Amino acid sequence: MTVEASTREAYGRTLIELGKQNKDIIVLDADLSLSTMTYLFAQEFPERFFDCGLEEQNMIGIAAGLAASGKTVFASSFAVFASCRCFDQLRMCISQPKLNVKIVATHGGITVGEDGTSHHAIEDLSLYCSLPSFTVIVPADAIETTEAVKAAAATYGPFYIRLSRPKTPLIYRKGHHFTVGKSITMKQGKDVAIIAMGIMVAKALQAAKVLANQGIGCRVINMHTLNPLDEEAIIKAASETKAIVVAEEHLAHGGLGSRVAQIVAREKPVPMSFVNLKDRYSLSGKSGELLQRAGLTAEGIEEAVKQVIQKNKLSFCEMPS
Amino acid sequence: MSNHIKVASQDITGTNVFDLTVPELMEMAKKLRCHIITMIATAGSGHPGGSLSAVDIITALYFKIMHHDPHNPRWKDRDRFILSKGHAAPALYAVLAESGYFPVEELTTLRKLDSRLQGHTDRNLTPGVEMSAGSLGQGLSFGIGIALAAKLDHHDYQTYVLLSDGECEEGQTWEAALSAAHFKLDNLTAVIDRNQLQLSGWTRNIMNIEPVNEKWQAFGWHTIEIDGHNFDQILTAFEEAKTTKGRPTVIIAHTIKGKGVSFMENNVEFHGKAPTLEEAKRALKELE
Repeated sequence: MTVEASTREAYGRTLIELGKQNKDIIVLDADLSLSTMTYLFAQEFPERFFDCGLEEQNMIGIAAGLAASGKTVFASSFAVFASCRCFDQLRMCISQPKLNVKIVATHGGITVGEDGTSHHAIEDLSLYCSLPSFTVIVPADAIETTEAVKAAAATYGPFYIRLSRPKTPLIYRKGHHFTVGKSITMKQGKDVAIIAMGIMVAKALQAAKVLANQGIGCRVINMHTLNPLDEEAIIKAASETKAIVVAEEHLAHGGLGSRVAQIVAREKPVPMSFVNLKDRYSLSGKSGELLQRAGLTAEGIEEAVKQVIQKNKLSFCEMPS
Repeated sequence: MSNHIKVASQDITGTNVFDLTVPELMEMAKKLRCHIITMIATAGSGHPGGSLSAVDIITALYFKIMHHDPHNPRWKDRDRFILSKGHAAPALYAVLAESGYFPVEELTTLRKLDSRLQGHTDRNLTPGVEMSAGSLGQGLSFGIGIALAAKLDHHDYQTYVLLSDGECEEGQTWEAALSAAHFKLDNLTAVIDRNQLQLSGWTRNIMNIEPVNEKWQAFGWHTIEIDGHNFDQILTAFEEAKTTKGRPTVIIAHTIKGKGVSFMENNVEFHGKAPTLEEAKRALKELE
């Protein structure tokens, strides 16, 4: 049976731990602390928590000012508001001066569900990856979230960590070893490499299991850090397997797929296929229904793997002998 | 240009290291105006109008009001000056150079490739610059972060933020105005360089911000209105701001865009246009 846990609760609990260790940790929120779980920190350290109200742009500026004064600042909101709403502030006040601010955003992707299109953050990774100073991380489960948040606190510079609203399957155990910028190969395989992030890692593992029974060997890589990208693992995957499938809960452009494709095109071109939201906004609905509709499922990944194998065969056939 | 004042670190005593008198401040401001003209004319681009309107306020802060150490730009107890209107960078650079943060000779590298003096301020490049700015309306939020840090760490340094009046059109300025009062930041002082002009014309025609004083009062700020070119009034206002408790203070400084150069005064053309070399010569002659 799959055990599920909340990434945002893991965040809130980790903040308390960090707050105890380091008195320079300050937490900001924009009237969503009950949902982002920063209220857990606020209860423990009320003097080091500031609710900035519905002022996301101002919150980012305040975060920058605190960081410029030597603080390690965590600022949280929903992913949609923490990216689109304050992009210029992120760019000029945090990215350009490379200040020590960690944006940890919950409610990423379409699994936000019923709140609908306005609340589905599916452009956030593209935006954050366009800011050169930001380290961008999408943890695969609650345990990895804890490790990523700790790593962010311990590493100077801007971070963006995207978490989910619903509980997600646990794929790691306590003691999980996490290194920023270093992907994790979850399963070895020689035919196709599935590179996934966030909630798509568990689905990639499921797909790989089904495909193994059909004689297709898949390598599954958890590419939790989008920037800086683990280029070495991508080049290795392109060299040691025959094709690459990238799976992400994001629009087609500017996210993991685009970034991996850039490396593959430059270093070792192989056929690729992409499981993502293409160019379409989603709808209101239960998160499971929305994932199903968009094809962000284990079955969707299986299909992509088969397609890319087919394409591979075709391209071999077309090659002059 | 080489006779700028030298200061030693050990001079720091809790008062401004220069402690200029009003006549000396006036003399200094005149010299700084000459730097601004020379720098922008040499660069061939820049914003003379808003630099000249703001320079008296910045002069008063660095040469009389603020505790700071040009030899130790990141001294933790320093008073902070945030230039939110980043296009007035030449005024700040001139002040920083004359107070000893970097050589005055460097001023004419403004906007040139590999210069530390970028077109708009960069906190990682220029000694003494607190904030990277240029996209308007963001400085007050940054100042709030610094003022909150002072409260958290029980430091008694002051934070000063200089805004343009055009920045009062940016929504974020009012988010910041709300929150500074909410957080009761009496260690924060905003100054509005109310020169009445923005890039395309008079603020009252582009986007009317009046009544300015009443707006800030309604947002919970202590307000002071002064002539932003009168040093007695500038100094008195900063003293009043420092002693105001429980809420932040905003000084609405009525200024003249292009102040000090007759053909630039109240002339919107010189918002973002460099004087030609001939115009620069005329300007410098007027200022002498």
